[in-house]
Amino acid sequence: MSGKKKSVADIVSYCQEIFDDINFGYARKWKAAKPGRKVVGFLPVYVPLELIHAAGCLPLGIFGGGDQMEVIHGDAYYQSYICRIPRSTIELGVTNRLDVADGMLFPFVCDVIRNLSGMWKIMFPNVWTKFFDTPQNFDANIGGTYYQQELLELKEGLEQLTGRKISDADIQRSIKIYNENRKVVREVYAFRAKEPWKAPASEVYLMMRAGLLIDVEEHTQLMKDYMAAASAEDRPKRDNVRIAIFGSFCEQPPLNLIKSIEMAGCYVVEDDYALVNRFLTVDVPTSGDPLEALSTTYLKHSVETSCKYVPVEEDKGKFHIAAVKACGAEGVIYATPSFCDPALLDRPMVCGRLSEAGIPYISFKYAENSGQMQPIREQAGTFADSIKLWS
Amino acid sequence: MSAEAVKEASMEMQKKMIAKNYDAITSKHETGRKVASTFVPGNLNELLMCFDIVNNLPEINAIQAGMRKASGGYIMEAEKTGHSEDVCTYVKCDIGQMSKGNIAPNGKPYPNPDVLMLSYTGCYTFMKWFELLREQYKCPTLMLHVPYEGDGHSTKNMRDYLVKQLKEVVIPGLEQVSGVKFDIDRLRQYLRNSAKAEDDLVWCLEQGKKKPSPIDAYFGGVYYIGPIFTAFRGTEDAVGYYEMLRKEVQGRIENHQGPLTPEGTYFNDQKYRLVVEGPPNWTNFREFWKMFYDEGAVVVASSYTKVGGLYDQGFRHDPDNPLESLADYCLGCYTNLNLPTRVDLLAKYVEEYEADGLLINSIKSCNSFSAGQLMIMKEVERRTGKPGAFIETDLVDPRYFSAANVKNRLESYFQMIEQKRRGGGSKTVAA
Ligand code: SF4
Ligand code: SF4
Repeated sequence: MSGKKKSVADIVSYCQEIFDDINFGYARKWKAAKPGRKVVGFLPVYVPLELIHAAGCLPLGIFGGGDQMEVIHGDAYYQSYICRIPRSTIELGVTNRLDVADGMLFPFVCDVIRNLSGMWKIMFPNVWTKFFDTPQNFDANIGGTYYQQELLELKEGLEQLTGRKISDADIQRSIKIYNENRKVVREVYAFRAKEPWKAPASEVYLMMRAGLLIDVEEHTQLMKDYMAAASAEDRPKRDNVRIAIFGSFCEQPPLNLIKSIEMAGCYVVEDDYALVNRFLTVDVPTSGDPLEALSTTYLKHSVETSCKYVPVEEDKGKFHIAAVKACGAEGVIYATPSFCDPALLDRPMVCGRLSEAGIPYISFKYAENSGQMQPIREQAGTFADSIKLWS
Repeated sequence: MSAEAVKEASMEMQKKMIAKNYDAITSKHETGRKVASTFVPGNLNELLMCFDIVNNLPEINAIQAGMRKASGGYIMEAEKTGHSEDVCTYVKCDIGQMSKGNIAPNGKPYPNPDVLMLSYTGCYTFMKWFELLREQYKCPTLMLHVPYEGDGHSTKNMRDYLVKQLKEVVIPGLEQVSGVKFDIDRLRQYLRNSAKAEDDLVWCLEQGKKKPSPIDAYFGGVYYIGPIFTAFRGTEDAVGYYEMLRKEVQGRIENHQGPLTPEGTYFNDQKYRLVVEGPPNWTNFREFWKMFYDEGAVVVASSYTKVGGLYDQGFRHDPDNPLESLADYCLGCYTNLNLPTRVDLLAKYVEEYEADGLLINSIKSCNSFSAGQLMIMKEVERRTGKPGAFIETDLVDPRYFSAANVKNRLESYFQMIEQKRRGGGSKTVAA
């Protein structure tokens, strides 16, 4: 995106364009700009983008097909009782929209994505396809040792894909770039939590989703420009309640759903949409062994989400409660994709802990192509009213 | 189903073993023995035995509840308390049963476990399941994270990770819970027993290659795998059970008999030979089975009989490498294999067991099995040239067993096999 001083509208429409483009035009252009460039797609919920970047590849965040793509072939691969993201991802694949991706990473999130990794191997034998695992044992000596070796194997896979070695210095450089990106992401979230009327959830969402489809440094700059433009803009403050959204880390809701929540009188001040760029909560050390640095940060400083084991019972939900308190949310909307086992099995536990902490919540399910927003608007509206009434 | 099922001696023996184990569980306060809750795929039975710990398996309890027609009520109970209608019904059956007094099949209440032994393999739901139980029981939870074989094989790193967890987390944890010191020679002895029983199990399963098949590798198969997959692998009882089972199968071979049906007749007139993928339905188990033998269909091989280990592909517990072999066992359970490996295995079964095709029973509850099964079916059809079919049921939720639908689909499938035999083209029977 060129030009000097950008308005909020410019930035948002640029992000919307990237978000809407299910042919991944940006990645295609990026790839065509220099011979030998490779694109590596990844699915939710976390992969170390630093390694893909250090390999000179563009990491491409695949979050299904959204609500604009008609799924024709994908349904033939999945029963009705399986969530939607794998079928729309298959649709992206069989319609050649994803042919831009030379590699695909399928992280540890759940059995559906896990099995999809094998399907991809069968369907697209020319694409480098890898299931990427992270440890559920968080002891540096046990899970850490395992994870560092997994990172090494990922690095070697990327080296084979590109035909060039990745040095420690390459990874450290990328870590720095991603540390900066994560810092600015946190700033955007803090900015929104402070003055949510200036940074509506739908705008922040578009910017984060676009960020997973474009060059990381461009994204960092885009967020800085956005904050500058948004803080300068005079937007009216409404009598909305402040809410946090959890449960939406994998299949994403349609943009209209996010807008509907806002229209129903809620300011979203925290969320777990497309967690990748917030999965690590602190800077990754830039000195020493970079794989060890990535591993240690993952083990000690990553978010609590449904695909991770919580070793100590008392800690369950603590992360969510702390996040609610930190952003000053008055309530939680636990919104999950239909048929999402990890999020739905977690729901009673996390919501139980919220209740114990006196945090009101509601929950509902969605699909990435949900069309009917009226019930959600009503539910969110009633929730907002009840918070106003009792606070 | 009104009449009592007719049982062979091995079935009676297994029934007694199960009853004894339930008694050991429910009498823990009198005997002072410790009880672990743990899962079937990747269970560490021999290791638990080294600490005199009794093994209670919530999946098996759910199956028992399903067969006794109690699971539907338990599931509804769990849904009333906020559990989603979308998630695994084993979990809800277990949780609903807890809130309904948690009564074991022997009529006595289940005591709270002393430890949740979370050795999960092949499915992430296990992890959440024990997080949920942990909230209720407030007992120690020992986790053994088993990595998924995403590239179709295990690696040294995975194995080392497992052995390290066993040495540094699981064994010290079990020592603490039980107060018993770990003795690796005791483990070796149990593993020796396991390997012996595994040899006999494999022999029995492989008899499905004969015509007529003396076994049913799905409905009968769930009995054959019972002891090895649950609380008995490593025991002398299991060794005895498999010797007996082997003799029974041998006897049927000599008499050119098929497997015994629950109605007490030998199923000799076998028209169709099937490979089945996916777990069975438990709420209507006998009705479901009858739909097969009534039409002359015998199951000659199945993937469900591999969820607790792929012994037929050569794996054996190894007393010379005890911890490493426990690691390899966990890594190699069926649902921990990636999709291409599952396809290879099923296609191999269709060919080696000279089956007419692959039937998939897709389980609504179970993403671990079900996500990707339509592709599995297409791939196996493509590779073997044999028609596939797809039916949908659930494990223990009776709301998702539609007898008429299943029956219709099976009938069309058998017609299709006939057609194929007469030289017609293959077409898929799908949802
Ligand atoms: S939406 Fe849930 S069930 Fe579906 S792939 Fe994502 S994590 Fe898995
Ligand atoms: S999802 Fe499937 S494998 Fe996992 S616990 Fe439920 S039935 Fe078992």
